[in-house]
Amino acid sequence: MDERAEASAAAAVDAARRGAIRDGFAVGIATAAYGISFGALAVAAGLDVWQTCFLSLVMFTGGSQFALVGVLASGGVAAGGSAIATAAMLGIRNVVYGMRMKPVVDAPHDGHRSSLWRTIAAAWITIDESTAVALAQTDDRAARVGFWVTGIVIFIGWNLTTFLGALIGDALGDTSAYGLDAAAAAAFLGLLWPRLKRVQAGAVAVGAAVVATIATPVLMPGLPVLVAALVAVVVGWFDLFSRKRAA
Amino acid sequence: MTTWHIILIASAATLALKLSGHLVPAGFLERERPARIADLLTVALLAALIAVQTLGAGQQIVVDARVPALIVAAALYALRVPFVIVVFVAAAVAAGIRAFT
Repeated sequence: MDERAEASAAAAVDAARRGAIRDGFAVGIATAAYGISFGALAVAAGLDVWQTCFLSLVMFTGGSQFALVGVLASGGVAAGGSAIATAAMLGIRNVVYGMRMKPVVDAPHDGHRSSLWRTIAAAWITIDESTAVALAQTDDRAARVGFWVTGIVIFIGWNLTTFLGALIGDALGDTSAYGLDAAAAAAFLGLLWPRLKRVQAGAVAVGAAVVATIATPVLMPGLPVLVAALVAVVVGWFDLFSRKRAA
Repeated sequence: MTTWHIILIASAATLALKLSGHLVPAGFLERERPARIADLLTVALLAALIAVQTLGAGQQIVVDARVPALIVAAALYALRVPFVIVVFVAAAVAAGIRAFT
């Protein structure tokens, strides 16, 4: 490779990396902003400010956090088992993300061997957004940069906004007058919305919503959500409704 | 079980799941059927949570201010309005209806 080609290749790598950093910040800041709603809803569900912040620090996966708080809001501590199961089942997708991110994080680059601490840190920030930004990049180095930048920006932002939201929720007191129960439903809808691009996902969503509604009067609070998960297992196992929606 | 127990167990479980993706060799969940079920599981759980959060009141099904709020939220998401604004508007719709009825 002559010098000019080398220089232009290096410039392309730099541009890709800058693009990944930009993506990471854009997605990270947008995502971190809704930590406010999580903080407020968690306090409305009966958690204290510290419990709310602990979830954002340690659990750090929005879907599971909203779910845990949502089930506790409807069923209280008695629904604890269902709350744990729902949060854990929503966390299963992070296993798939981790498998996809492992080669991205492990690739040898600056001479460091992948250490246990780095693996733990990478796992901690393996979520929808960091995975999505990494997968959207075209070269390996940019994917790695995108993953870390997105994850770290969200981690910092999400924890700050959670704390702020929890303080706001705490100050609001009686929350049903402020419509926070409707806000929780809208938050779940926001998490679901980007996943509804296929007919199969739409069918599962409708089926699960119907099952959960029918089961609500007959089962303990918390259980209807778990029973509705069976819809995903049945549809996924037999690959029903798998036709893609016409573009 | 106290609230702290629930939080600690659930956090440990979700963290362990994240770690297992990075530590366990790829295999089972890479296959088509388990990957598809894992994907749809997220959809089913979120949809069920929406239903319960919108219609549930303990063990009863109640249609109230939450339903119009959710419809407004869906319309706003369809218009690509950002998450935080939609959640705020949904709360405002429900609160407004409750204030005037």
